[in-house]
Amino acid sequence: MSTRTIEVGLRTPTVDPSGAVRLEPLGVQLPPHTPVQDDLGGEHMLVNIGPQHPATHGVLRLVVELDGETVVRVVPHIGYLHSGFEKLGEYRFYNQIIPLTDRTDYLSPMANNVCLALAAEKLMGIEITERCTVLRVIACEISRIISHLVWLGTTGIDLGAFTPFLWLFQQRERLYDLQEAWTGARLTTSLTRVGGLMADIPDGFEAGLLDFCRTFPKTLDEVDSMFTRNAIWCGRTQGVGVISGPDAINYSLSGPMLRASGVDYDVRKDRPYLGYETYDFDVPVGEHGDIYDRYRVRLEEMYQSNRILVQALDRLARLKGAPINVSDPRVILPPKHRAMSDMEAMIFHFKQVMEGVKAPVGEAYFGVENPKGELGYYFVSDGTAKPVRWRIRPPSFINLACLPKLCEGVLLSDVIAINASIDIVMGEIDR
Amino acid sequence: MGLSLPVGDAGTEVSTMSPNWVTTRLDFLANWARSNSLWPMPFGTACCAIEFMATAASRFDLARFGMERMSYSPRQADVLICAGRLPFKLAPVIRRIWDQMPQPKWSISMGACASSGGIFDTYAMVQGIDTIIPVDVYVPGCPPRPEGLIYGINLLQKKIKGESLLDADLRQEHLVGPDGLFQPARHIDEVSEPFGNSVHQTRSS
Amino acid sequence: MSGADDGPVSPSVAGLRARFAGAVRRAVVSCGDTVVYLEPTRAHEVLAWLRDDPSQQFDYLMDITAVEYRDEERPLEVVWQLRSLSRRQDLRLKTELAKDAPLEVDSVYDLWKGADWLEREVFDMFGITFRGHPDLRRILMWETYGEGFPLRKSFPLRGHFNRAEQTRQALAANPEAHYSLEELSIAAAYAELPPEMAQRLARGQRGEVA
Repeated sequence: MSTRTIEVGLRTPTVDPSGAVRLEPLGVQLPPHTPVQDDLGGEHMLVNIGPQHPATHGVLRLVVELDGETVVRVVPHIGYLHSGFEKLGEYRFYNQIIPLTDRTDYLSPMANNVCLALAAEKLMGIEITERCTVLRVIACEISRIISHLVWLGTTGIDLGAFTPFLWLFQQRERLYDLQEAWTGARLTTSLTRVGGLMADIPDGFEAGLLDFCRTFPKTLDEVDSMFTRNAIWCGRTQGVGVISGPDAINYSLSGPMLRASGVDYDVRKDRPYLGYETYDFDVPVGEHGDIYDRYRVRLEEMYQSNRILVQALDRLARLKGAPINVSDPRVILPPKHRAMSDMEAMIFHFKQVMEGVKAPVGEAYFGVENPKGELGYYFVSDGTAKPVRWRIRPPSFINLACLPKLCEGVLLSDVIAINASIDIVMGEIDR
Repeated sequence: MGLSLPVGDAGTEVSTMSPNWVTTRLDFLANWARSNSLWPMPFGTACCAIEFMATAASRFDLARFGMERMSYSPRQADVLICAGRLPFKLAPVIRRIWDQMPQPKWSISMGACASSGGIFDTYAMVQGIDTIIPVDVYVPGCPPRPEGLIYGINLLQKKIKGESLLDADLRQEHLVGPDGLFQPARHIDEVSEPFGNSVHQTRSS
Repeated sequence: MSGADDGPVSPSVAGLRARFAGAVRRAVVSCGDTVVYLEPTRAHEVLAWLRDDPSQQFDYLMDITAVEYRDEERPLEVVWQLRSLSRRQDLRLKTELAKDAPLEVDSVYDLWKGADWLEREVFDMFGITFRGHPDLRRILMWETYGEGFPLRKSFPLRGHFNRAEQTRQALAANPEAHYSLEELSIAAAYAELPPEMAQRLARGQRGEVA
């Protein structure tokens, strides 16, 4: 992506410091510290956005200092959804933490479940079965798609386009049907367990997912035709909210935010997990680091996720009847009929439910490529069944911290667009 | 913050007018209009907000109930739907938004966290928004299915249809009291006590 | 399944030991991750070297957090997770802060801008001060939160105060805090304020015009 696909010929009048009137092309970022002529001689104005506001994607509060229409400074205030997840994790067995993870990044719950199970398995030194690996890949990629669908729909609304929201949410409903058939819940899935999954996929899941994968690219093509060459969309997103590659690295950005700035870093490729190195997929990398590139990266990621899903379904067919859980009875609950009839199985069941699965003394960090960025769970264990410390490394929290930098010198409506482009979810930011 | 409750007789006001055919017809008209054109104020915080958005989207479609016009300004809203958990940091915000809504107004507490604190019995979480604002309908679920939310909305509509113009209590503003609380302190502590399995949750090892 | 025999030690440990012999206390491997314990006073120096030295190039700050153990005798630990994008290496560095001394460590904001909010969160949850941080305020709780530091083990899960008191304090908080130009510019100039004024602002009180 080295050249723009469309030239936008819209111009806006501005006054340069010498007082002459100039026509600035829309979407061009003024270099920071460009002195903006304060012709009215008034003081700066403060606008408070949030915490309750349709366009802040959750309970985020932005205090914006304005010089006319131009932003001088943005101060984000967070914590309006702080629930005490990390504290609560210290009072829960590892399997009991899994439902908590649904509620952090609630747009991609299965991906968080998978990350937690992987972190706990790394801590405990457990190797999962092959079928479980493939099913977890399917879970992660479904989560990536549903998260990006929300992002695209709500960003469209923020920038004035309502219809794609309805189209994309209809696609989400199809995936929600599959999620519900598999886990019993549309949103709070709690899919994984340490050492395996809560359940195998039901009948009809594979056919349903295959059907989805066949028809989903058509919806993406429709949305692509709505946005990618749209003059309004390009004018509002090209050149806005730019961050360079080195800056993005220094701000610890991850996910599409980082890749749109030209840094080719994807956890699935650079430190692969769940066998991602064996799947054939591309990672879209942007160039300009603006909102438009982030949009293109996320759109392309959905196509690629679709590709991975088809490959995963293929493997699943060859692993028919394989176990999804490890056979270690100290970690995985025995089947119910055995727990009811066999003394040893009953004791294992009892110990797991009443005492939890004890992790060895040690610590482990596991990072996965979540739709928002790199999600990491860091466990510190003292040998008991409840972690001493459960740290969530939240991608949206770290990505949002660069908002003041991205909003230097933009217009007020660009703040909304830039905030939308970071793809935040407050549950993860505030935990 | 806010005004205090008027000191004095806070008992039921007895209407001087008795219900008759005119008032019942007026009631029917007003209630029918109000219940079928509720403009929601989506106070969406967490996961329930996503299910709320799904309810408003094509498959479940709140527009059938006249509720597709989301009013993010409380001044123009009828029903505040608190969709999601409410931490203490957000408590003064929802209180202020509730106070800013003009009468007639109703509120729906969507989800387990808004109704009772849900799974978050922690230092940061309000254990039910009814300790902060008055609630008309509680929709349980974590998150409630869109059908569940629609059922809750239908219950609210039924409640509205049972209202009467002669009942002056209905449109009474219930403000934060002079002690800085909406409910009596004893009541807040009592409803916030852990129960059931969560009695044991505070053991850390 | 844990402890020192959990996999190969990161090659950076040798370089660290060679260059900062006094600053490196010990290095362990846990579940395949290398953890290096540093002297608190020299942590910043070591992290700067890890970022800038061409053989290390840990240009990406993954995370900053803190750990408190259930065993009261053990000190608090501040944890830095670093990554080298080009060399595909991870490294975890820790420093131990004794509980009977002031909990302070140098900020790495000057090395990685991503440390900004991460350090504010550690301050908010544990009460650890990061010297040199430009704006060390609470980030998740409100600025005048009076119950303490939530992730400390001495802090109970449901908080110190009872629910009615927590509700009262919450409703008494000002939702419009930090919504004036004076407060914004004060936040920017926080380091230069006279100490009484800084303390008064920290308690959330507005000043008086003399």
